[in-house]
Amino acid sequence: MLNIKVLGPGCANCKRLEQITQKAVDTLSVPAQIEKVTDYGEIMAFGVLSTPGLVVNGQVVSYGRLPSLAEVTGWLVDSIE
Amino acid sequence: MTTHPASTLQNKQNWRLPLLVLVTAVLWLILWGQLQNLADWFTYQLIGLSADSHLGQSLNFFVYDVPKILLLLTGMIFLVTLARSFFSAEQARAALGGRREGFGNLLAAGLGVITPFCSCSAVPLFIGFVESGIPLGVTFSFLIATPVINEIALAMLFGLFGWKVAALYLVSGLVIAVLGGILIGRLKPERYVEEFVWQVKVGKGIGITSKLTLDDRIRDAGRSTREIVSKVWLFVVIGIGIGAGIHGYVPEDFLVDVMGRSAWWSVPAAVLLGIPLYSNAAGIIPIAHALMEKGAALGTVLAFMMSVVALSLPEMLILKRVIKLRLIIIFIGIVAAAIVFTGYLFNLVIG
Repeated sequence: MLNIKVLGPGCANCKRLEQITQKAVDTLSVPAQIEKVTDYGEIMAFGVLSTPGLVVNGQVVSYGRLPSLAEVTGWLVDSIE
Repeated sequence: MTTHPASTLQNKQNWRLPLLVLVTAVLWLILWGQLQNLADWFTYQLIGLSADSHLGQSLNFFVYDVPKILLLLTGMIFLVTLARSFFSAEQARAALGGRREGFGNLLAAGLGVITPFCSCSAVPLFIGFVESGIPLGVTFSFLIATPVINEIALAMLFGLFGWKVAALYLVSGLVIAVLGGILIGRLKPERYVEEFVWQVKVGKGIGITSKLTLDDRIRDAGRSTREIVSKVWLFVVIGIGIGAGIHGYVPEDFLVDVMGRSAWWSVPAAVLLGIPLYSNAAGIIPIAHALMEKGAALGTVLAFMMSVVALSLPEMLILKRVIKLRLIIIFIGIVAAAIVFTGYLFNLVIG
């Protein structure tokens, strides 16, 4: 079971990252839980200052940019193994 | 001596995207050099207008300026985004930690220009800076420099006014950020920071270096460029359209009395007028350019543009979550005053 967190206060790129992540999960069809983290304190607890950020199983894999679907899929695959 | 097939394949993959960028750059330069010829051919040969007529002059101006500015914007935004992919807010925070006032303000202003930043990240950035002990004055130098020096404005100033004016804009923007930050730092701004900000703890979950490849960076820059250009191109076309009308129809020196150097009130008026105009920065610069041809003073025009890009109310209101209204008003007041001063200075120095 993948635990995925999308970090972002609700900006346009944060919403797009959430969609991309959902798509990646759907394509891989792995059990996963996607959680939106909008609270600044929680976001910053990960050391992230620039949103959107992506956390997979407690590891920050991306922040401050919008990664592509291929990248996100790659990180998810890495985390499954 | 045969090359290993696998390694050639890998080399090809590594260089395909950078090569594409290089080829595009060459095409860009060729097109750039032919813009006036193309505009002349279009207006005077294809449409057949006279070069002496008002309509001919306006149309020629329009078909020259639109592709020129769009080319510049595209090239500039791509290069800036590519360069910025090597910087991050997290890196800026690490670089500024433990810096004192003065040099810290200068470094913060510089980092504010090259660090990729979206207004939705203003709050975490502010909290992160405060938490690592960066003085508030230094943080404000960063927060002033970020919007004051705007790459869209810089590209358009370069294209329409030349490199000297663009450089003046860049340097005076940096000076405003450094001095504004130092000044705010002297006013004991800690009083106006919301309580919860001092409580937040920033985790150490991520490293400073990112593992992006050159291809990732090029793809990111390409995507941002498409996004930004598709957002502003219409404003640019409308702005140049209005500018072209002014260019062809408004008599020379028409504006000397209202926007010339002798009209002292025009600088503060221009700054006030610029505050609510944020979203249209791309369309306003071509109009400002046409106004200058008709007698408006350079300082007045520069002050107007800085006010348009730097003092945007929505961004100030985002900061309301971390600082009290009092400090926001001080912030706006200091930046506005600095811009007015810059406007006067240019009107005085450049004749």
